[in-house]
Amino acid sequence: MLWLMSVLAWAGTQAYVGARLHPVAAPPIDGGVLVVIDGKIAAVGGPDVAVPDGAEVVNLDGRVVIPGLVDTHTHLGGGGLNEMSGPIQPQLSAVDTIDVTHESLAFARAGGITTANVMPGSGNLVGGQTVYLKLRHAPTIDELLFCENRRGICGGMKMANGTNPQGPGGYPRTRMAAAAQLRQALKNVLAERPKPTDDDSKRERRKKSAPMKDLGSEALRQVLHGQRLVHFHTHRADDVQTILSLREEFGFPVLLHHVSEAWKVADAIAAAKVPVSLILIDSPGGKEEAVEFRLENAALMEDRGVSVSIHTDAAITDSRLFLRSAGLAVRAGMTPEGALRALTLTPAEQLGLASRIGSLEVGKDADFVVLSGDPLSVWTAILQTYVDGTVVFDRARRADELFAEGGFAVPDRVPPTPDLEEAP
Amino acid sequence: MIAWLSTAAVAADLCLLAASVHPVSQPPIEDGVVVVRGETIVAIGPASSMTLPDDCETYEAAILTPGIVDGLSTAGLTGLYNDIQDQDHREVANPIQPALRAIDGFDPWEELVGYVRAHGVTTMRVAPSPGPVVAGRAAIVSTPPFPEGAAAERADEAMVVSFGEPPKYEFDKGFGVHTRMGTAAAFRQALADAAEYARRRRLKLGDRPPVDLGLEALAEVIGGQRRVVVYAHRADDLLSALRIGFEYDLSITLAGAAEAYLVREAIAQAGVPVLVGPVMLRSWSDGERTNASFRNAAYLVEAGVQVGFMSGFEAYVPKVRVVLWEAAIAAAHGLGRERALEALTLDGARILGVDGDRGSIEVGKRADLVLFDGDPFEYASHVTHVVVAGQTYPGE
Repeated sequence: MLWLMSVLAWAGTQAYVGARLHPVAAPPIDGGVLVVIDGKIAAVGGPDVAVPDGAEVVNLDGRVVIPGLVDTHTHLGGGGLNEMSGPIQPQLSAVDTIDVTHESLAFARAGGITTANVMPGSGNLVGGQTVYLKLRHAPTIDELLFCENRRGICGGMKMANGTNPQGPGGYPRTRMAAAAQLRQALKNVLAERPKPTDDDSKRERRKKSAPMKDLGSEALRQVLHGQRLVHFHTHRADDVQTILSLREEFGFPVLLHHVSEAWKVADAIAAAKVPVSLILIDSPGGKEEAVEFRLENAALMEDRGVSVSIHTDAAITDSRLFLRSAGLAVRAGMTPEGALRALTLTPAEQLGLASRIGSLEVGKDADFVVLSGDPLSVWTAILQTYVDGTVVFDRARRADELFAEGGFAVPDRVPPTPDLEEAP
Repeated sequence: MIAWLSTAAVAADLCLLAASVHPVSQPPIEDGVVVVRGETIVAIGPASSMTLPDDCETYEAAILTPGIVDGLSTAGLTGLYNDIQDQDHREVANPIQPALRAIDGFDPWEELVGYVRAHGVTTMRVAPSPGPVVAGRAAIVSTPPFPEGAAAERADEAMVVSFGEPPKYEFDKGFGVHTRMGTAAAFRQALADAAEYARRRRLKLGDRPPVDLGLEALAEVIGGQRRVVVYAHRADDLLSALRIGFEYDLSITLAGAAEAYLVREAIAQAGVPVLVGPVMLRSWSDGERTNASFRNAAYLVEAGVQVGFMSGFEAYVPKVRVVLWEAAIAAAHGLGRERALEALTLDGARILGVDGDRGSIEVGKRADLVLFDGDPFEYASHVTHVVVAGQTYPGE
C-alpha cells in the first residue's frame, strides 16, 4: 500500500521552466527546461526543449536550479554514534540508530541535501557500517535506503585513525597500536577469505566470496573484496600516509574524510589517485590534529586533479548551510564550478551512486534544488528541495520555513517573518 | 567634516581608498577616502573633493568599514590546541568567583587572536566561558598584542554570569549548583553578600571587613557602575536575568541568547542590549539551543533592541567563530547588509561602551578599519587588510 502511494505521488509529468540550470555535468543553461516524468529526469536543456503535452508546468523565472546535494559524511538521525565497548565494531550499522523523524533530516532537506551518508562516529578504529539515504519523507528507514549495489550493500564502512580512537580499555594509545590492531583485524578475515583473483576457478571464487557467519567479519570481507567503501576519518598528514600504506597492502576502496592536513600531502594523495572528502570549518584548531587545517585544501586538491568533495559532518557544520562550505572553498581559491561539483557529482561518484544522482542528466533521479540566486552567494535562499521529483522541502510552507530559519519546535511562539525593508 | 581638507594637503600616514566607504555613522560614500594620522582618523570624504597628501602610504579596497567589535570572546583565554596547556577560560573552584579577571589569563600572542584579527576584529571583549554562576570579569582589548598596538583598554570590565544549562554540569554532588533555581539563588546571595560587604566597608576602620577582591568588584554591579553580561539561551533564563537585573538595578547585557527573539518585547522594554552569537550555533539535540534562529538578530532589531555580535566560546571545532561570518548569516536572514554592519561595528562598540573612539569611521576616532575586496558578507570575499589604531595588519 505504501509502495503504491509513493508511486502515485511521483506519477505524472512536470516541466520546470525558465530557471538558470546548473546541470554540473554540462555548462549552465539560462531559461532552462527540466522535464520530470515519474520522478526521473526526462529532458534537460534550453528554452527550445519541448514541454510534453499534459505536463504540469512550473514557472521558475529568475530562479536557479542545481542538482540535489550529496553529503558524504553526516550523523543525521539523532542516534548514538560511538559504540565504545571496543575499538573494532564492523558488525554495527548506522541503519539501527536513525530516527527518520529527527529534525536533523529536516535540516538537511532545508539545506538542499537529497542524499546523505549517515555514519557511526570516529571514536573507534572501525566504527561500523554506514548507510546511504535518500532524504524522502517516509515513516521508516527502509523507505529511505539508497541501495544501488546489487548485493544489497547500502553503505560503506567507517574507520578512523589519529587521536579520536585512542583511549583506555583495549583502545590503542598510540598510532602504532591503531595501525597494528586494524591490520590484525583485516588479516584475520583474509586468512579465511582471501581476495579472489582472476586466476581462480569459479569454484574457488565462490568459496572465497562466501558470506561469513560472523557479521563483523563478513562486513570486513566486503571491504577487503572491494564491495564496500571505507570512509576513513583522518586529519594529520602522517595518518593519511598510514591509510595510503594500508590501502596499498590490502587493496580496499577508500575515501579519505576531513583531511585537515591535505595540503601537506597533496602530491601523495594525487599520486595514489585516492578520492577525498573535506570538511571546511571556520577556524583551525579545537584539537591537535586540526591545528594546521587550511581552507585552501579544497582548491589545492582541485588543482592536483584529485576527486574532491566537501561534506558537512553534520552537526559539526550546519546541513542548512552546506552551500556555504562551497562558498568558503571558493573564498580559498577553488573554482565556483569545482565547488558546486564538490557538493553534487563528485560525492555521487565517490559513493558509487553517480548513475542515479549528482547531476541534471536524462535518466537520473529528479533530485534537485530551487534557489533564489547564485548557488554560492550568502544572499541566496533555498526555496525547494526535490527528491525523486517530489517536494521534500518548500520554504513557502511555514513548517518548512521554521526548519530553515529556526523555531520549528515552537511555531506558535515564533513572530511573523521580520520585515526590515532592505533588499540585499 | 567631509569638506575638511578639500584644498590643502595635511601630513598623513595612511590613505585608504575604497569604491565604497561605509562609515556606519553616516551613509556610504562612493569612491571615498579615509586619511589616518598616527592612531587617528583625520579625514573622510569623496576622493573627488580631497587632495591626498604626498607622504601617504596608500591602500585600495572595494569596501572599507570600521573595525569589527566582537562583543564576547574567549580567544586568547583558549588556544588552538584545546589542550590543558592553552585552555584558561574556565575555573570551577567555586560557583561564585567575581575575583577572577580574564586579562590575567589572556594571551595576546595566541594564534586564534591573530586569526580573528585577520578576519576584521579590531576590538574584542574577552571573558571566561559559561559555566560558573559568576565566572569572572571580562576585559576589553585590541586584537594586536599589547606592545605592538594599544594596550588593553579596560583590563577590568563587565562581570560575566551564566544562567541555564552550563552551571548545572560544573560541580560535583554536594557542592555548587545543580538547577536553575540554585543558580538564581546563588547569584542573588552573591549580590546580597556584596551589598552587605559594601555597607560594612563604609563602617569605621575597626569594624570594616577585610578587603575581598571578589565582593569589591561584585558590589560595583549593584546600581550599574559595572556591567553584567549574562550568558543564557532559553527564554525563561533571559527573563530571569532581566528579573534579577531589575531587583538589583544591574546594567545587564544578554549574551548568546538563542531564544531572545521569543521574548523580544520584554527585552526591548527593559532596554537591555543583546550580543547575538554565534548565529550558526549547533541547535540539534540541545535543549536550550533547539529554538535558535538565524533570524534572531533581525527579530530583535525589529523590536528596537540594540544588537551586537559575539563569537562566544567553542569547546571543540571550530575553536573560534569568525564574527564577520556569523553576522553574514544574520544579514542574509532578515537583518540586511547595513544593519548587520552597524551591529558588527558601532552598536557593538556602544554595547561595550567604547563608541567614544571607535565603532565608526569618523574624524577623531581611532583608526580601526577593515579593507575588503568585495561585499563584506559574501562567502567568497576577503579581508585584505586590517588597520588597528593606525597600524596595518595582513588580512586573511
